[in-house]
Formats: sequence, structure tokens, C-alpha cells
Amino acid sequence: MSKDWPLWEVFVRTRGGLDHRHAGSVHAPDAELALRHARDTYTRRMEGVSLWVVKSSDIIASDPAQAGELFAPAETKIYRHPTFYDLPDAVKHM
Amino acid sequence: MNQPADALFQYLLRLGDDSLILGQRLTEWCGHAPTIEVDLSLSNLALDLIGQATLLLDYAGEVEDKGRDADRLAFHRDAEQFTNCLLVEQPNGDFAQTMARQFFFSCYSELMFAELETSADPRLAEIAAKAVKEVRYHADLAADWVIRLGDGTDESRRRMIEGLDWFWRFVDEMFAMDAAENALVQRGVAVDRAAIREAFDQRIAATLAQAGLEVQASGWPLSGGREGRHGEELSRLLAEMQVLPRAHPEAVW
Repeated sequence: MSKDWPLWEVFVRTRGGLDHRHAGSVHAPDAELALRHARDTYTRRMEGVSLWVVKSSDIIASDPAQAGELFAPAETKIYRHPTFYDLPDAVKHM
Repeated sequence: MNQPADALFQYLLRLGDDSLILGQRLTEWCGHAPTIEVDLSLSNLALDLIGQATLLLDYAGEVEDKGRDADRLAFHRDAEQFTNCLLVEQPNGDFAQTMARQFFFSCYSELMFAELETSADPRLAEIAAKAVKEVRYHADLAADWVIRLGDGTDESRRRMIEGLDWFWRFVDEMFAMDAAENALVQRGVAVDRAAIREAFDQRIAATLAQAGLEVQASGWPLSGGREGRHGEELSRLLAEMQVLPRAHPEAVW
């Protein structure tokens, strides 16, 4: 039964103001039941205030074989981190 | 014990026993449900119900004032001292039968606790306010499954009809009043069960209409649970639930 049901990815917002973060996945026949299963599986210890579910098959993933050309070029470009500026004293929390 | 305290004790026992016995029944699904997700969802219902039972039976023990707490009441009474309604002690059967039982009980329970939120007894009102959110979810979940199975395949529909058929006979007992409860209603402590029956019937009818299923009359309604007259199935359930504390009365975690 479970193996006939499509897989859904579950995203949980743990507190108001925070982002939804990937928590795991559940099997369910449709979106409504996927939400119920997500609620029962991932928020039973007060972990969440909001849930998203999305069909796993609807997620477009990058190809691990392309990791070299996709991500390695960023390694040598430390100037992309904004750490070379002198901040005025008035700005405390950057 | 004075009369009003005894009536309140009996009332809390009825509410607590309903939650406890149904919670224990649901735990029998643990590890056996059709999928891991459904397994967790049934365990969650069970834990909610056992949590409610703990609050209600602890309070019952305090009202009784004989030094019994929830554990004492749960594990050291015999079947004829339990006052749960007969519906909750019925065996799980298949998943459809379990959901039929849950659907009837949770719809009833949601209406009870919603009314009890304004009970003149502040402690009971507080317990009800916590419980009503839980059972509202239980009722939604059970109704959802009744619709899915009733409006599903030929087999799921047949099983859902059989499940509901078995439980109609136990519905009337949940709404039966007696003199002691009437006295508590007069004092604003308890719910007039007869007064919430219409809302219950409407909820059941609306869900069954969505499921393409028919409402049935109770036929030969069964009762006796409130007076401690139970089926043998309850004794088996209690034997499993109570065996450890009976064998080792002083055992602690």
C-alpha cells in the first residue's frame, strides 16, 4: 500500500518568522493526506507552526555529476563575501 | 463521600475510562498499521487519549479522596468497575472498523468537550479546553478516512459499510443520561448528552452523505457499560494493559 503511494517532501516552519526547512518525506495518496501524515510524523513534539508538502517528483534537482562545474568555481571567490567593508559603529548587527 | 462529590467522581470516571480504553485499543495497532505513516497517526491518537485519561482519572482520584491516582484507577480496577461506554471497548477489527469506531466516538467527544469548556467546575473546564483541540483533529481525521474508504474501491466501501454497521448499536449509549448526571447538569458541571445528540446526528449524516453511505437507525441498541456491564473483550484488554503493574505493584520506571 505504502509503496503504491507517491512520495512527498515535507517542510516545517519551526517558529513564526523562520523559513520552512526540509524535515523529511512521507508517502501519501494525495496532498491532503500528505499534510496529515506530515503533521503526525514531523510535528508531534511541537516542532512546527506551519507545514508545506510538495510531491518529490515535482522537485527539479541538480545533477550530482555536474557538481564540479556548478559549485567548484565559487570556492576561490572570497571577494563575494561582504567581509571587506569598514562598517560604521552605528551598525551593530550586520 | 458526600453525594455531589460521588456524582462528580463517577462522571470523571466515565469520561476518563472512555479515553483510556479507546487509547489502549488503538495502541494495539502499533506496528500493525497498513503504512508507517498511518501507524504513527494511530499512535498519536492513542497518546492523546491516554493523556486525557491521565488528567481525568487523576482528578477523579482527588475528588474521591481515597489516595488513588490515575495509575491506581487504570491498573487496579477490574472490568466491572470500569464505566466506559461499550463502543470504545469493541475490538479493532480491520482498519475500516477502527475508523468507524473512531468517527463515532470522536464526533461525540468533540461535542462533549466543547460544552465542558464552560463547565462550572474550573478544573474540568481546563481539561476540556486541552482535549477539545485534540479530539477535533481526531474527528477530522476519522471523517476523512470514512469518506475515503466509503467513496473508494468496491472493497473499501464494503469494509467501511461493515464497520459502521457494527457500531450503530453502540451509539445511543453515549448519549444516555441518568439521575446523577442530570444533577450535575443542574449545577452546570456536566453536559446534557441528550442536548448534543442533534449536532452529532447532523455531523454523522453530513460525512456519510459525502462518503455516499447511508445513516442507519440503532436497531437493537446495547448499553450497560456505565454500570460496569461489559463484554468479555474488555477483560482481555485489561489483562494485557494491567499485567505488569499487577505483577509488580511497586515497579517504577
